[in-house]
Amino acid sequence: MSRTITISPVTRIEGHAKITIQLDDAGTVVDARFHVNEFRGFEKFCEGRLMWEMGGITSRICGICPTSHLITSAKAGDAILAVEIPETAEKLRRLITLAQWIQSHTLSFFHLSSPDFLLGFDSDPARRNIFGLIEHDREFARRGIRLRKFGQEIIEVLGSRRIHTPWAVAGGVREPFDRSKRDYLLGWIPEARETARLALDTLKSIHTRFEHEIPNFGNFRSLHVGLVDREGGLEYYGGTLRVMDGAGNIIADRLDPKDYREHFGEATESWSYLKFPYYKPLGYQQGMYRVGPLARLNICDHIGTPLAELERKEFKAIAGDAGVVNNSFYFHYARLIELLFAVEQAELLLTDESILGTHVRSRAMINRDHGVGASEAPRGTLFHDYEVNQDGVLQKVDLVIATAQNNLAMNKTVQQLAMRYLDGTEISEGLLNRIEAGIRCFDPCLSCSTHAIGAMPLRVQLLGPGGRIIAERTR
Amino acid sequence: MAILTLTIDGEQLSANDDETLLEIARQHDIAIPTLCHLEGLSDVGSCRLCLVEIEGSQKLFPACTTRAQEGMVVRTKTERLQRNRRMIIELLASEGNHQCAVCVVNNHCELQNLAYEVGLTHTRYPYLYPKKRLDASHPDFIIDRNRCVLCTRCVRVCHEVEGAHVWDIAQRGIHCEIISDMDQPWGTSPSCTSCGKCVLVCPTGALIAKGENVAEMEKKTDFLKYIVTARVKREWINTDGEE
Ligand code: SF4
Ligand code: SF4
Ligand code: FES
Repeated sequence: MSRTITISPVTRIEGHAKITIQLDDAGTVVDARFHVNEFRGFEKFCEGRLMWEMGGITSRICGICPTSHLITSAKAGDAILAVEIPETAEKLRRLITLAQWIQSHTLSFFHLSSPDFLLGFDSDPARRNIFGLIEHDREFARRGIRLRKFGQEIIEVLGSRRIHTPWAVAGGVREPFDRSKRDYLLGWIPEARETARLALDTLKSIHTRFEHEIPNFGNFRSLHVGLVDREGGLEYYGGTLRVMDGAGNIIADRLDPKDYREHFGEATESWSYLKFPYYKPLGYQQGMYRVGPLARLNICDHIGTPLAELERKEFKAIAGDAGVVNNSFYFHYARLIELLFAVEQAELLLTDESILGTHVRSRAMINRDHGVGASEAPRGTLFHDYEVNQDGVLQKVDLVIATAQNNLAMNKTVQQLAMRYLDGTEISEGLLNRIEAGIRCFDPCLSCSTHAIGAMPLRVQLLGPGGRIIAERTR
Repeated sequence: MAILTLTIDGEQLSANDDETLLEIARQHDIAIPTLCHLEGLSDVGSCRLCLVEIEGSQKLFPACTTRAQEGMVVRTKTERLQRNRRMIIELLASEGNHQCAVCVVNNHCELQNLAYEVGLTHTRYPYLYPKKRLDASHPDFIIDRNRCVLCTRCVRVCHEVEGAHVWDIAQRGIHCEIISDMDQPWGTSPSCTSCGKCVLVCPTGALIAKGENVAEMEKKTDFLKYIVTARVKREWINTDGEE
């Protein structure tokens, strides 16, 4: 007799995720699935609309990383106009991309994950959140809140001449920067750098405390995919795609993002609305890959800023001879190294005088009927793929988001955690906490995972054959 | 032309007998919302936003097309009128596809401003989500009928000012729509001179310039005044040496 255990958040009906764990007759875990019931019909809904509207539309659909969608959409637009954007525009777009990293990575660590680490996975769920953290260490929490604000400040200073005015457009950006705003943002850098350091040191200090837990947090080989710059360094805005296997071999490099369809396929499963992208040459399942901080740190040869580069070397040491870190727990580690990089790189851009240039937009009409934009969103590589007719009316839209690309790996992580922490048929608090933390390594952009700050409210069902509920537990 | 006196909102005013109630009200800073009216174009009285009450009649009258008469007592801000105006905007909102957040003229839209003005917070009518045609075939401009409120300003400016008469209304009732020439893609119109006047006078995001992004476009209708004045006063003719 096989049983299915279902864990599902109850507070948000739309956009929620649930987890089922499949047991065999002997009560051992055979499969685990992370169901996403968020239906994203907007690709279809965009067809027939105008190419120029996409920045505005897509940045509204995702409330969590709107800037990444805006930038990627503008890049797809550049490709359709077939223009080189002005140098200053590219620098400004780079700056706002880093700002999105700063605000998103800070949220992931300080607000969502650090309560697990500092208060413990098994601490009271009612306190295991940013509020509990404030009680526990007021100064630490305050710094996190401030750093996130810095990211938001950059976006606000650059991006909102008016409320909800998409700032990046096909061909460049809408408005040049100015000196006083630049100086204001530069003023934040020392504090931001210090906080990024503090986060990294804090995380490193808990690694030993959790050494028995870490090996079970999604520790498996998979491909790692992301953008790298021309010299193979960490990239966030441009560059080309690199694919590394779970043993650290680069199996594909310098792939033009515009050809991503040739290299990556998307499978669908009846039980999830999220697609399952895979690396084509290896096929579905075998072609499972991870994107995001862990993948980016693995695939790059170096990082272009000094402090982050030192940290990268230390990070690589965990990998030993293999040279690749396959444990999903270290997403957190990689994310914080990127946070430090983002602050350092933002400083470089802010002190570069050419960012104050006034030529920020190239104008052109429809010169190609197809354009792909790619950039590194905080959670991984994001693709926008538009087909237009000669008038600029969208004929086909395809968006490949980071969370979908990590889909297979997230399932595998949940499965591994269930195998380790499920004891008999009892759904313990400990299991729930681990699964929640396992999913959080990937920082997935599902409404549930970010809205419910701290402990996710969960409903757990133990189902027997035919869907009969054997046991139920709500938290 | 005779001078007459009338009362608007309790104020005693004098006016010329060829002036409309709207003109008189505006001269005296009495605000009456309008949509289809645009100074410099003929009036058609089609949107009904400018309706006012006139004592002695149960009917409501459009201020833009009603001429003043001796002794008229006009009210422009009664409860009944406000209710009416709100209803008109609600109907306009529900019969088109107005997604302001992703519209090219967001924050610079007359329909949006009117909605604020009449205090629209929601609509009581179900949205119809009609399937309307978008035409981007013109090299410089786009017409997105999803946002058209059928004010016919484009029809009038093109006919009366530019003299090209590209636009017309086809169909009847709820199926009415603006068409170019013989209902062909705008880009193939032999009569359009690409002057852009229709785009500038359109109160919503229905007529827009190509390449503009969300919330990026601001319409300016000032040009119309200058063209009309120049025409009437023949100001562009160099009169030096005449007489
Ligand atoms: S661009 Fe000028 S000529 Fe062409 S339709 Fe508009 S108003 Fe008429
Ligand atoms: S296109 Fe614009 S100007 Fe023409 S009728 Fe529609 S709303 Fe009025
Ligand atoms: S402005 Fe008078 S009816 Fe439209």
